[in-house]
Amino acid sequence: MALKYTQATIEHFTKPRNMGIIDNPDASAIEGSPACGDMVSYTMKINPETLIIEDIKFKSYGCASNIATASKATEMVLGKHIDEVKMIGTSDAAKELGGLPSVKMHCSVLAINGIKAAIREYEKKIGRIEDKERVITPELIKKVLTDVIHPKHGKNIIDNNNVIRVKVEGQDIYVVVELEPDEEMFAANIHEEIIEHIESMKCTHEVIVKIESRTGEFI
Amino acid sequence: MSDELIYLDNGDTTKIDDEVLEYMLEFYKTSYGNPASLHQLGIDADENLSEARQKVSSFINCNGDDLIFTSGATESNNLAINGVANFYKDKGKHIIISTIEHSSVREVARRLIKSGYELTEIGVDSEGFLDIDLLEKSIRPDTILVSIIYANYEIGTIQQIENIGKICRDKGVFFHSDAAQAFGKIKIDVIKENIDLLTFNAHKMHGPKGVGALYIRKGISLSKMFEGGAHERGIRPGTENLPAIMGFAKAAEIAYRDFDKIDSYVCGLRDLLATKLSEIDHIFYNGPKGEHLVNRLSNNVDFTFQFIEGEAIMLHLTLRGICVSSGSACSSKTLEPSHVLTAIGLKHEQAHGSIRFTLSKYTTEDDVLRTAKNVKEVVEILRNMSSFNPEVHSELNNENAVTFYKR
Repeated sequence: MALKYTQATIEHFTKPRNMGIIDNPDASAIEGSPACGDMVSYTMKINPETLIIEDIKFKSYGCASNIATASKATEMVLGKHIDEVKMIGTSDAAKELGGLPSVKMHCSVLAINGIKAAIREYEKKIGRIEDKERVITPELIKKVLTDVIHPKHGKNIIDNNNVIRVKVEGQDIYVVVELEPDEEMFAANIHEEIIEHIESMKCTHEVIVKIESRTGEFI
Repeated sequence: MSDELIYLDNGDTTKIDDEVLEYMLEFYKTSYGNPASLHQLGIDADENLSEARQKVSSFINCNGDDLIFTSGATESNNLAINGVANFYKDKGKHIIISTIEHSSVREVARRLIKSGYELTEIGVDSEGFLDIDLLEKSIRPDTILVSIIYANYEIGTIQQIENIGKICRDKGVFFHSDAAQAFGKIKIDVIKENIDLLTFNAHKMHGPKGVGALYIRKGISLSKMFEGGAHERGIRPGTENLPAIMGFAKAAEIAYRDFDKIDSYVCGLRDLLATKLSEIDHIFYNGPKGEHLVNRLSNNVDFTFQFIEGEAIMLHLTLRGICVSSGSACSSKTLEPSHVLTAIGLKHEQAHGSIRFTLSKYTTEDDVLRTAKNVKEVVEILRNMSSFNPEVHSELNNENAVTFYKR
């Protein structure tokens, strides 16, 4: 298991780039949580005139892929304009490392989204984007769920057609997911990831996730 | 990086003993008959098989007739649970297991729920010891089987099997125990301990992989799992893996021959490793400790290193030539943390930071000292880069945060 990493992943894991904390950062974010075993934090300096990331540092509580993707992500964004960074895809850190095992693809999402979260906070702070309240719609939820990675295929659960229904009813959000019968082992993980991602939207809704298999209900 | 590998994952599998391998070769090269054949080569093979069966049986104090060979502990566990559940379904449909069973017991028992069985999972305390009073209260008139792991594979807890066996016998319920980790490290006596069914195997004690056994007390019937010939009393059809069975018997013979010597040697190394690792801050010892250390597997050390994650520790150690395992979700294929560690009350983030070191008779003092030194360095590297700030995450700064290993 541990040895299926690429040389580049091992290299970034053992010699992480831009590791640490910047004092008085212009932007910062913590993404993930220790309970999930993945957490990454970023601090960065952004030039207010040019909007270029002039310095970035990360810290990681997580597995080898978490450390390596965060390290790679800092390299990818350093010296770039924040608009350019916003265009980076969530799987790009993994691609740059020559790929990750599918079960680890979510680490790349976390690494890239952490940086994007920091930039979003920064843009709100300088008034570049409005801090408006989001209306929770099924479309918005589906967009958020593109960050939930199916551990078996390494693809997100929307593109992988696992999400068969999303419904917002009053204060309740219903998500129905269908898995293949032999994917039962991932049901608990996917269930947890969906709840975590929807809750990260900071809405006050109750999240109800139902995971089904073609042969019956798992959870 | 050292050229010499330090193998501390003997709870997963062990290096085969040279003496065992040598002994097995004959059965591949010259004595390759099928015990079911009626010619001379078959008759010889059958005699060898009987001899091996007698030998293995003697180590758990049962008759050869009460022992069948299988492909390993997973098969034995599946066969015991499904076999009893199906054969005795008219007697009752209630089964009891613990919360720290191996998946080959736990998942089998859970799957039976879908066929209309009821399952009770009895909890354990913070060191992994079964709540025996609760077990006794949970046995109902329709309970047909209790299955409790003899010694836990992750945290090394050895259960009070004799007490559990007595309760089950008094209540007239079959008692199965998974002794995959215990056999060869603990002297098991199925008669004295009132065990009705016992699972054990060869590859955890320097025997070959792919061979195990199931003891079935006389008078107990099992539904078989697959159809075929009349091998292994018809309960387990399929030509016996004779070379592996011979190796199994040989490995068991060696384990019992050198029992006391190996036990005190490995225990000494276990306690040395635990003591050395305890010099690291913010860690805690999982499983029996202090006065309960006598009820811990001789070769098991399991620590949680707080604020860092186990797979990262494991990979760093791998790159330094040290093989260990972790209860972290990130090192499991399902991305779930070890259910054994959560069953003893660890929070997810504490289970993620766990590392299991399992020793063997081939482990040296130098291996232990070098491992402790490398772990200290790796923990420091990872803590330096950890975004997990114990001040921010104060909920983790509880009484568990600094529970040091006590001898």
